[in-house]
Amino acid sequence: MPRQRSARSAALGVTVRRMPTTPLSQRSAGALRRRLVIGGLVLLALVLITLSFRSSQGGSMSGVQSAGATVLRPFAVGVARVVQPFRDAYDWTDSLFHARSDAARLRAENQRLRQEAIQNQFAARENAFLRKQLHFVSGKTFPRDFTYVSATLLGRPSAAFEQAIVIAAGSGSGVRVNDPVITPDGLVGLVTRVTSGSARVQLLTDPEAAASAVDARTRATGIVRHARGTRDTLVLDRVRKEDVVRQGDKVVTAGWSANGLSSVYPKGIPIGEVTSVGNSDINPFKQVQVDPYVDFGALDAVLVLVPKSRTSSR
Amino acid sequence: MTVAAGVRASILVFVVALLQAGVVSSTFVFGGAPDLLLVVVVALGLLRGSIPGAVFGFAGGLVVDLVTLDTLGVTSLVLTLAGFWAGRYGETTGRGRQLAPALAVGVITVLAAIFGLVLHYMLGDAVVAHQALVTTLIPELLLNLLLAYPVFWLVRKVVGERFVAKPAAEVELVV
Repeated sequence: MPRQRSARSAALGVTVRRMPTTPLSQRSAGALRRRLVIGGLVLLALVLITLSFRSSQGGSMSGVQSAGATVLRPFAVGVARVVQPFRDAYDWTDSLFHARSDAARLRAENQRLRQEAIQNQFAARENAFLRKQLHFVSGKTFPRDFTYVSATLLGRPSAAFEQAIVIAAGSGSGVRVNDPVITPDGLVGLVTRVTSGSARVQLLTDPEAAASAVDARTRATGIVRHARGTRDTLVLDRVRKEDVVRQGDKVVTAGWSANGLSSVYPKGIPIGEVTSVGNSDINPFKQVQVDPYVDFGALDAVLVLVPKSRTSSR
Repeated sequence: MTVAAGVRASILVFVVALLQAGVVSSTFVFGGAPDLLLVVVVALGLLRGSIPGAVFGFAGGLVVDLVTLDTLGVTSLVLTLAGFWAGRYGETTGRGRQLAPALAVGVITVLAAIFGLVLHYMLGDAVVAHQALVTTLIPELLLNLLLAYPVFWLVRKVVGERFVAKPAAEVELVV
């Protein structure tokens, strides 16, 4: 019995769908036609794919496709123009839904980019500093008898009267007490305390610090120490009155050795530039003020000079 | 299929193919875009049979491939088979069933995505299976299902139905 027929449907008189009754030969002809059509279309599609895939740019198939696209382009543009208002409306509505999340995302992105910009600034500054350092250690002014340990700044003592820094290099890196500390700009100070991974450096601006120095032009000698009552200014003390020192002269470490002893600072490390020279009747020495080359307040990294004799004996 | 119905169906498929290539495929909702042309071809197959489904699928796919400058024949092949299968389903078990449009659209959307992925992979295109089969397919499936009944209604209005309901000519009572 056919599925659609039932007593209920007969009683209610509703419509039922019926398969058109077709003779067997007509049905098989329909199936054959169906197979021929689908087979032909699939074959045609495969031929198109093959030709399109194998033809090079500018080939015959490419030309056909290009021509087809050109013909269809006005229709595509027309449809796009007709639909554009609807699309704009959709985009506008969609943007309303996403506005809040977009704002949050953009704020987060802005914050991230700002942090990246700051990091990049730091990286660029560090890069410039390291280049300068590399140039310095491979240059002629770098002391010959020394090698170096590069160290970043770990911190500073909180007390204002302590002119010292703590660096991230210690005895594990070969650093010892009394090792000189420099930057490519000039002399920084002296290592006064060492642990395995860090060291404390007494800056040249510390009241206790001193270094024998010489006027690079006139060879007038003296001792560089911190000028009392100033922040970063140094004085070249113990310069005899008959010695010639002029404003603008460069002051460098003297570096001496006698009877097997030598100064802690090697010879020729820049300290600063003479800013003023004074004489007084009551003082047997000249009063020479020196502006240090090193900006002691903006130290990021330093070089600890380690004698080559020590590293070779290790 | 009458000539008038054929012309109307051709215009419908042509316009929908242009819409699909130019607008619909780039309208992303929840990370996926609906395939309006596929839904129309499935509806044509269900309403008009396997041969019209296959023919209009082929033609619509060809228009899309031409407009998007894609490899000619790929979309045609996918839509030909989609239209044919929808047609066969409509001619056999799916005929007259209320759920037929949703079922056909759902199944054929998934199969077309898989087949399209395989075809593109075979042609050496860079395809990411996870993106094609998960990230975009799920929203596309949902959107196609949403479109299924409105499109089915529209296609029926435009091109009519091959198998129309006829009053029962005879009734057999079984007691």
